[in-house]
Amino acid sequence: MDGIERVDRVMTDFLLELRCEEIPARMQLKASDDLARLFTEELAKSGLTPGAIESFVTPRRLALIARDLPLETAAVSEEHKGPRTSAPPQALEGFLRKTGLTQDQLEDRDGIWFAVVNKPGRATADVLAQAIPAIIRAFPWPKSMRWGSASQTTESLRWVRPLQGIVAILGEDLIPCEVDGIQSGYATLGHRFHHSGEITIGGASDYAEKLRACHVIVSHQERQSIIAEKSAQAAAAHGYTVVEDKGLIAENAGLTEWPVPLLGDFDPAFLEVPPEVIQLTLRINQKYFVLRDATGKLAPAFICTANIEAKDGGAAIIAGNRKVLAARLSDARFFWEQDRKTRLEDHAKKLERITFHDKLGTVADKVERVAKLARWLVEEGIVTSGTLSLEGEGRERVLDANDARDTSAEPPLPNPLPTGEREQLATLAEQAARLCKADLVTEMVGEFPELQGIMGGYYARAEGLPDAVADAIRDHYKPVGQGDDVPTAPVTVAVSLADKLDTIASFFVIDEKPTGSKDPFALRRAAIGIIRIILETGVRLCLSSIVNKAVSSAAPVDATMTLTPLAQTYASIAEAAGTQGLSEAGETKILENWDRRAAAATVEYEQRLASEEGYILDFLADRLKVQQREAGVRHDLIDAVFALGGEDDLVRLLARVHALQSFVATDDGANLLAGYKRAANILKKEAPQTPSPQRGEGRGEGERGEAERPAIDVAPPHPTSEGGTGLLPTLEGEGNSGLSYTPEIAEAALIAALDVAEPRTAQAVAAEDFEGAMAALATLRAPIDAFFESVTVNDPDPAKRTARLALLARVRDAVHSVADFSKIAG
Amino acid sequence: MAEGKALSFQDLILTLHAYWGKQGCVILQPYDMEVGAGTFHPATTLRALGPKPWNAAYVQPSRRPTDGRYGENPNRLQHYYQYQVIMKPSPANLQDLYLGSLVEIGIDPLVHDIRFVEDDWESPTLGAWGLGWEVWCDGMEVSQFTYFQQMGGYDCKPVAGELTYGLERLAMYIQGVDSVYDLKFNDAGVTYGDVFLENEKQMSKWNFEVADTEKLFRWFKDCQAEWRQCIDNGVPLAAFEQAIKASHTFNLLQARGVISVQERASYMGQVRDMAKGSCEAWMESNGWTA
Repeated sequence: MDGIERVDRVMTDFLLELRCEEIPARMQLKASDDLARLFTEELAKSGLTPGAIESFVTPRRLALIARDLPLETAAVSEEHKGPRTSAPPQALEGFLRKTGLTQDQLEDRDGIWFAVVNKPGRATADVLAQAIPAIIRAFPWPKSMRWGSASQTTESLRWVRPLQGIVAILGEDLIPCEVDGIQSGYATLGHRFHHSGEITIGGASDYAEKLRACHVIVSHQERQSIIAEKSAQAAAAHGYTVVEDKGLIAENAGLTEWPVPLLGDFDPAFLEVPPEVIQLTLRINQKYFVLRDATGKLAPAFICTANIEAKDGGAAIIAGNRKVLAARLSDARFFWEQDRKTRLEDHAKKLERITFHDKLGTVADKVERVAKLARWLVEEGIVTSGTLSLEGEGRERVLDANDARDTSAEPPLPNPLPTGEREQLATLAEQAARLCKADLVTEMVGEFPELQGIMGGYYARAEGLPDAVADAIRDHYKPVGQGDDVPTAPVTVAVSLADKLDTIASFFVIDEKPTGSKDPFALRRAAIGIIRIILETGVRLCLSSIVNKAVSSAAPVDATMTLTPLAQTYASIAEAAGTQGLSEAGETKILENWDRRAAAATVEYEQRLASEEGYILDFLADRLKVQQREAGVRHDLIDAVFALGGEDDLVRLLARVHALQSFVATDDGANLLAGYKRAANILKKEAPQTPSPQRGEGRGEGERGEAERPAIDVAPPHPTSEGGTGLLPTLEGEGNSGLSYTPEIAEAALIAALDVAEPRTAQAVAAEDFEGAMAALATLRAPIDAFFESVTVNDPDPAKRTARLALLARVRDAVHSVADFSKIAG
Repeated sequence: MAEGKALSFQDLILTLHAYWGKQGCVILQPYDMEVGAGTFHPATTLRALGPKPWNAAYVQPSRRPTDGRYGENPNRLQHYYQYQVIMKPSPANLQDLYLGSLVEIGIDPLVHDIRFVEDDWESPTLGAWGLGWEVWCDGMEVSQFTYFQQMGGYDCKPVAGELTYGLERLAMYIQGVDSVYDLKFNDAGVTYGDVFLENEKQMSKWNFEVADTEKLFRWFKDCQAEWRQCIDNGVPLAAFEQAIKASHTFNLLQARGVISVQERASYMGQVRDMAKGSCEAWMESNGWTA
């Protein structure tokens, strides 16, 4: 503007290191990100944006380098709009106070005061000197502590472990700052054992290399690479490969500043212990990498990651670690041998001593419920060998897969197995369920809780139980995560479903439902597990009856809980009545009173249980929706099918959704949708006072337990169709005999088309042939179009008008027998 | 390990005493009551409270009745020794002091891999918690290192640093033996087994089989009653001893297997109330506020 170009602003790099005692490995990467984020935010407040930020973290330091910072912040001119010049003097005074200016510094622009405040640039060094203490004080450690003499007060600085030093250098200049007595400086420390004394850092440019010279690799990523590469080399030298474990690499990078992977071996005799146990002992207890030999089997060797270049090449370290590992593996082998001395059914007896939940009794109580439910699932024909593949090379394979019947063409329930087979399957399911939690009281699972199920499976096999039972014990927790397998073996499916259903039902009964982000009992995971098992194995079931069964089996626990105090009070009243010499009449009165209250409580409780069943069905429906949306199914189509309500069979429900998705993609589908919407709109406009059709019980849409309403909300023209409900089409329409007038051609054609399409759709729906149902509906498309083209619905003759509205209602209802098209977008 | 001449068990203790004595610690003798850990010694529990500086080191026999193995397991004992150091306020170089003690007992940190691995400490019984590490030497936990944040439910002002060495484990490592009973107790041919094997056998039997549970239950009640008396009469140190007694009696009842899961929580709550109540009374009698 004045022709003089400003000199390019000088940019420089900034180094910050916060040195402290050992930061827990698990916190380091998050802390590194947090430091970069807080730093950026803090600088942004002064309008500073670094070119790039590099973060470093080791057990003893958190550091960052911010590139290309200007030496000062840009000057800012802020304009504030004030009161009108005609405003009372108080308003002007207030404005002057706010801006810190005097009246002659204001500008009068068209009768309004404006203040222009020029803020000169600040030295970046000053900004940093203020920002560093702010960042340190606000740092979001998951756990932090006080220390040292400053901790005389609880107001003293908190950090993850004692903070010892701050290095803050902009370019080559120290940024002087101080937090709780810790002064910034140029000095830091190198490796704890490889370098004694202080190191002087020049700035961002020499930081990483100076520390490397003192045996500290500041980059977490680089330490990870070193661990990965050197352990792979060490393994290869022995003909082994390292079992990949990124989490363990990161953990070891978080425990070392100078990682040195070392390979040691252990006695191959320990390999008789299940490989899962050995792996966990190595990984969890010792943070060692697990190795495989050329055949893929677990190798009798390990890799530990030392933090030093040992004087003896690591011989003493390997020897020490071998000894520690041998002691650990001896313990594991002892547990393995000890646990097998007791049969699972005897272990299971100890579950009586473990509380499952205060209000839900012991684990033994839960097992009892699960066992009954698993048996019931088989006896009811819900879990059969037919719909499922029998997995495993069962020695005791009692079920012949050749007997499996093709159930796809049959109605979903019941689906009986021959009685003998069903009884055998039920017995296996009950047996597996009774043993499925027994490993929780074994020494091994006490030591490694993550082996629950797996150890039970081993112990079951070791005592010669049928493979189907051992597999079910091993796999009944599945699927655990998104990528986890879904069990398909029938015994496993029965136990797994029963366990999860019981968990959900029990916690709902005691009113421990998941809310918002809180789901302490992992009920959502259980629900997803149930849904995945049903969908992936094609188990056909009526959810409401299963939920009813699960709730009623879980309920007595709570009934006792709610009624016991009442019963105790009752007893004590009776006793008091006795000792205090109440008249017999008085006593009777008191007791009657308590009887009434107890009875009322029971009724209330039963009502609550009934509503819990509804809540559980809603809960499962919601999970299904979430799951299907994640799988890419259009959510409006899911809603359209869910809006029908009353659908209990997830397999059928999804078949409907899938058919609908294909149908709406066709021309016929799109046009029928358009015709439907037109009909629905007219109905809505003409009969706004009546609620939109609500079929069944509207589950999944939050309206529950309402009585079924007639589906046709406009009075039908003839009595025969009155009360035509739900999914059934009205069957009365023989010709046009019900009409009091002669229908127009298009009107008659639509009636005729409906007369044909309705039963066809109904039949197809009943046979679960949803493509067929859609095809039948598609035949309505042309007659509907013609009807709208040539027939006036809103005829002055009320009889015609009523009849035509009823006809449109038939169209709508016919479409609703497949899905609620009003929910479909477009 | 065992390079050069390794320290005997008693020399290990004497070396640590000399070392920590030089750092200004009062070298105390063990507390003369059964406790489950060195932290229960009033020199730690009660001295961790209040503003006064305090540096002490001592050996504390620790009794864990359920860990008894009749002398048959080479690593597990119902009676073993902890070496305990408490420094309040925690000195800025406490880690270096600790590492210096390892060098003193013969562990060269350029030959052995020493690591500070996250291990936070919590004692619900004492209403106490702290942050710190377990210290690993070649993959073995040899010490616990804790910065006390709360004791008896009170914030520590200032914070004390606590070090606990497992003496038998450390000695086994230094001497390179696989069984605790094979440890050289001194350099004159006496082993740890000579001193303690019979003790382990008999005490395991008493803990698990013989101890009269009716009496134990009664003792527990008596301790509670006596604790109440002590509190009411303004002698919190004596009250704390009753809490310690009750705690050990509860541990014995556990070993006898007569406490159900449900009762367990209740007993622990009673011990906690006694311990915390003693700390509270101790704070009050010293005129310290939370």
